[in-house]
Amino acid sequence: MAVTDEQTPIVLPDDPSFGPEVQLDYPGYRSTRLRAPNRPLVSLPEKLHDLEGPVFGNDALDELDNDLTRQHGGDPLGERIIVTGRVCDENGHAIRGALVEVWQANAAGRYHHDVDRHPAPLDPNFSGAGRCLTDDDARYRFVTVRPGAYPWGNHENAWRPAHIHFSIFGRLFTQRLVTQMYFPGDPLFAYDPIFNAVRDPKARGLLVARFDLDTTTPEWALGFQWDIVLGATPVET
Amino acid sequence: MTLPRTPSQTVGPYYEIGLCRRSEKELVPPGAPGAVRLNGQLLDGEDAPVSDGVIEIWDAENRRWGRCGTDGDGRFSFVVGRVPHLEVYVFARGLLKHQLTRIYFPDAANGAPPTLVAEQEEGGLRFDIRLQGERQTVFFAV
Repeated sequence: MAVTDEQTPIVLPDDPSFGPEVQLDYPGYRSTRLRAPNRPLVSLPEKLHDLEGPVFGNDALDELDNDLTRQHGGDPLGERIIVTGRVCDENGHAIRGALVEVWQANAAGRYHHDVDRHPAPLDPNFSGAGRCLTDDDARYRFVTVRPGAYPWGNHENAWRPAHIHFSIFGRLFTQRLVTQMYFPGDPLFAYDPIFNAVRDPKARGLLVARFDLDTTTPEWALGFQWDIVLGATPVET
Repeated sequence: MTLPRTPSQTVGPYYEIGLCRRSEKELVPPGAPGAVRLNGQLLDGEDAPVSDGVIEIWDAENRRWGRCGTDGDGRFSFVVGRVPHLEVYVFARGLLKHQLTRIYFPDAANGAPPTLVAEQEEGGLRFDIRLQGERQTVFFAV
């Protein structure tokens, strides 16, 4: 069933033919109307396929960048969680030393940002930004609080499902990814045009973290696992 | 073995929190020999400024990288070294997947699409990025 706002369907039916690609001109997400490119893409210039991207070292990190609950004087409000996973390419090759950046709303659904006018409280103990490098097992790990859902004005009674923004630099320049991680079982999935702009339900499912009891730390924090798969690394010849 | 790729989602309006905590606009120091100021504007399909975009540039030859969020007028500004071209990623609210383009320096443009050639302006170079329409910047299929 398509949810509608006047004549524009907010959510289109599933279409597995899109595969991992997001529909750039998804009509339910209004801001795409003047921003989604509409001219044909041009094939990649030679040598860009295997061009290495920037490499970030520990100097890109500040202490406690991977623990969003300890960046201020006190504990932020909300449900403490651990979010972790591995970064690899389509061939399953681990990507070690990848810079992973995250940003998110606080537990009340408010971003620490001037543009956010949602009348929910800011939390003086939560900025909502983190960074880390993947370790020798290509794993990232953040401690944070579960973000709240928030309204966003795209259509009548529009609410974003709770999510954490992720930015990842792979080994190659073309392995760049910016995306959002969602939480399992969110009732807002059915109404969110950004999430549903990934038309293939299987691909959409890859944006949803998995609750994991083994990652959950007793008497401390719930654990979520979310793996990230970047584009292929060409076979070296 | 082929694993399914993680799909892209928009950078959204609040990327500054996570992506712009450090100033990363100077690939070379402003006074360095050969340093060039590169200014530009990110524009939508009606030529209105996009005030919530992020531009990342990569000087692959010298392995220098930079990032700049657009301001209220959609403007971005870098200091770069003189090279034939720079690789560019564009992110924005309303853009569900980043777009890849390239800036050619005017003296190294031989045959490049006109939308990819920076223009000489007072004090440096200018390179505007249009997301849509007849004058859309050329974006590459990744």
